[in-house]
Amino acid sequence: MSAVLQTVKLCKSFGALTVAADIDFTLEAGARHALIGPNGAGKTTFVNLLTGRLAPSSGSVALGGEDVTQLAQAQRVKRGLGRTFQINTLFGSMSVLDNVALGVAERRGTAGKWWRPANSYAEVRDEALELLASLGIADEAPRRVLDLPYGKQRLVEIAIALGLRPKVLLLDEPAAGVPKVESERILEALAQLPKDIAILIIEHDMDLVFRFAERITVLVQGEVLCHGAPDEIARDARVREVYLGESHD
Amino acid sequence: MEAFLSSLVSVAFHGVAFGMILYVISVGLSVTMGLMGFTNLAHGVFAMAGGYILVSSLARFQIPFPLALFLSFALVALASVVLERLLYSRLYGASELEQVLFTIGLIFMSVAVARLIYGTLQQPVLLPDYLKGQFSLLGRDFPAYRVFLIAFSGAMIAALWFGVERTIWGAMVRAAVDNRAMAQSIGINTKRLFTITFAIGSGLAGLGGALGADIVAIQPTYPFEQLVYFLIVVSVGGLGSLRGPFVAALLIGITDTACKYWLPEVGAFFIYAATIGLLLWRPAGLFGRRA
Amino acid sequence: MKHPVGYNADARLRWTEWLPWVLAIVVFFALPDYLSMGARVLTYILFALSLDLILGYAGIITLGHAAFFGLGAYVTGMLSVKLGVTDPFLQLLASAVAAGVLGLVTGAVIMRTHGLTQLMLTLAVAAVCLEIANKATHLTGGADGLAGVVVAPIFGMFKFDLYGKTAYWWCLVILFAGWWLVRRMIHSPFGASLTGIRENRLRMEAIGAPVYARLVLVYTISAVMAGVAGALLTQTNQVVGLNVLGFEPSGELMVMLILGGVGRLYGAFVGPRVFWVAQDYLAKQFPEYWFFGIGLLLVIVVLFARGGVLGICDGLLAKFRSMRGGGTA
Ligand SMILES: Nc1ncnc2c1ncn2[C@@H]1O[C@H](COP(=O)(O)OP(=O)(O)OP(=O)(O)O)[C@@H](O)[C@H]1O
Ligand SMILES: [Mg+2]
Repeated sequence: MSAVLQTVKLCKSFGALTVAADIDFTLEAGARHALIGPNGAGKTTFVNLLTGRLAPSSGSVALGGEDVTQLAQAQRVKRGLGRTFQINTLFGSMSVLDNVALGVAERRGTAGKWWRPANSYAEVRDEALELLASLGIADEAPRRVLDLPYGKQRLVEIAIALGLRPKVLLLDEPAAGVPKVESERILEALAQLPKDIAILIIEHDMDLVFRFAERITVLVQGEVLCHGAPDEIARDARVREVYLGESHD
Repeated sequence: MEAFLSSLVSVAFHGVAFGMILYVISVGLSVTMGLMGFTNLAHGVFAMAGGYILVSSLARFQIPFPLALFLSFALVALASVVLERLLYSRLYGASELEQVLFTIGLIFMSVAVARLIYGTLQQPVLLPDYLKGQFSLLGRDFPAYRVFLIAFSGAMIAALWFGVERTIWGAMVRAAVDNRAMAQSIGINTKRLFTITFAIGSGLAGLGGALGADIVAIQPTYPFEQLVYFLIVVSVGGLGSLRGPFVAALLIGITDTACKYWLPEVGAFFIYAATIGLLLWRPAGLFGRRA
Repeated sequence: MKHPVGYNADARLRWTEWLPWVLAIVVFFALPDYLSMGARVLTYILFALSLDLILGYAGIITLGHAAFFGLGAYVTGMLSVKLGVTDPFLQLLASAVAAGVLGLVTGAVIMRTHGLTQLMLTLAVAAVCLEIANKATHLTGGADGLAGVVVAPIFGMFKFDLYGKTAYWWCLVILFAGWWLVRRMIHSPFGASLTGIRENRLRMEAIGAPVYARLVLVYTISAVMAGVAGALLTQTNQVVGLNVLGFEPSGELMVMLILGGVGRLYGAFVGPRVFWVAQDYLAKQFPEYWFFGIGLLLVIVVLFARGGVLGICDGLLAKFRSMRGGGTA
């Protein structure tokens, strides 16, 4: 297997606080990889470093074998990096369809066109609708996204990222704050994603992690504590101590 | 050479005086921005009000100067508490646009009120005799009032910094600027903290407006015309910081004075150009917390 | 009445959208004594429209939009008075180019910043322009301004007359063109992406949109429109003075737009009308109260009527519908 995403000695500090310390991380093609760790471990920061939202203090990020450390977010997205946010980051007053269509249009390169009306770009709209249908929320397309129940908003959050047809998808706690029934729905949707997308998922719900992930990396205070297959991680004494011990909240 | 040196000293002196005034006025703006995230464009209104209070106290009511100065702080602080509780607090969670519109509305209203009461003319400041003459230091003469101004502002700034660094109130402000949710969760009454901080910041603006009444002319258009200076101080200094705006205010005060003295033609342009250059280099300002 | 845009929205013209134009033509025949003022209102509508594009759609808050308006006004004035260029199209074009260049250059800096710093920079640009207009007396006439601006007949046929007939039509046609352009733009994918930037810049960046470039672009377009509006004002008034620059006109413009309703396309049509009619009656008699009044109005709109006049209409309409529909709407 080959690495689609790789970091070498990635470091980030906010003043005196180090939130990423020499992180060496590899995401294989088509992987189902989970990143776990206690609150404040630096998981979200790590995602932000990967996408280019934050610049690392040192170290490098490679995407598809190419060093992208210096590239802006938009260029990394063009190279196939998509993400979702831990806290809903939606286009609040816009319709569900528009939320997804904006990303689709961006990917297709029609988002900057300014003469024809948006609704005449049928291919963008159809693709967005199809995507919503595949997640089971096609009926909600015309609704204002903030009027949706929270669980469905989380699905839109994922749909926006999928509209970019990413090769690498970073999911930051996709089921955070969602009741159990609905998190099943999200897991189902994730399970149906094409196998050639490499997925990195951050998740606190261990049950979900063990069902979904084939590989797990444990991050504690900005450092990689260990990584391995789920059963190895489950057996690892250190992990139990720092992580599983306190996750029963 | 001697002539140049003496103009240098004089520019530095007047520049520092202007800078001190700018700081005393603007520091409240920086802190309310950093603490409450409130874009208060009407901050200059408080400074203008302080100026008018001083001028009226001296000219119309013959109140002694120190008391007039105190009044310009206290009355403005008091009025700002009323405003904050009645109006500002309704817009704490509102969008930036709403805050901007609301405070522009306040500016328009206050300009109108000032014009109704005082007319459009600049108000003269009737300084007491003991602050009028010259004050000689190291063989040079300095205007006594400016010397007083620098010394007094310096003392106020020292008191403020001490307050923020060493008192409970200061600790709470710093905690809330840092992380408001956290501060709330450890039981800090942010509502009261906001009110008090807002009052102190506005009071200082009133005091600054009063102290500087004879440098920055008190007239109804004051909140419009000076706004850009206050905003420069805060942006260049960095939001929520105490030291940053101080450095920025001194820089601006000295540069502005120097330009007006040596290059009256390009006067204001230099300040703006320097501001833009500096912000391109450091978008979050000199002491901004996040780059 | 909120003008829906986006990938769902039907972009075809509705009959209500012709109303402002029909009204404008009715005004021409019904109020022949008010055409000069009418032309001025039309220029301010164009100006407000340019602000709505960046404020209402892209979400850029500016305190200095008068810089572009004023620059346009002065360029036309200087062309005529200093260089003897009187062709109305050339004047418009030069004003548009000048304002566009200023918009591009300042936008490139301003769009790198946000929040208070951004506000400060927009204000600073306007302040610099005011300062230049004030100081460069040999070009701008300083505090006296430029009087005696000459505008040649349009196509050599339609002279700018004393009653403002020609000016009225001229402004109306240009406004129509501006409105058409803005309407197309906000309905386009570009318009949708601007709304996206306003709604959530963070997400817009995460989907790979060139946010900065788009903001600079729309800022420049808006500057061009404001410059054209300024040129129209000079052509209508045949004088230009410092009052077109600075914080007050920028603030007043905001008031006009807010009055009408932000981000509604037609708010820009309602606000200036209300504003100028009110000003015509009130401001001359009570200038102080007038200032107080618009300040108060802003505060009230923010606290109680966030959608402006059109927003209130929307609300009433919705109430009316729900009453008729037995509360089911
Ligand atoms: N912009 C920032 N400036 C300063 N500190 C920050 C910043 N962003 C994050 N931090 C700090 O970095 C640490 C790691 O934060 P991060 O959000 O990456 O954690 P996390 O692992 O995602 O936690 P959670 O499980 O709660 O989502 C935290 O202590 C946080 O307070
Ligand atoms: Mg996180």
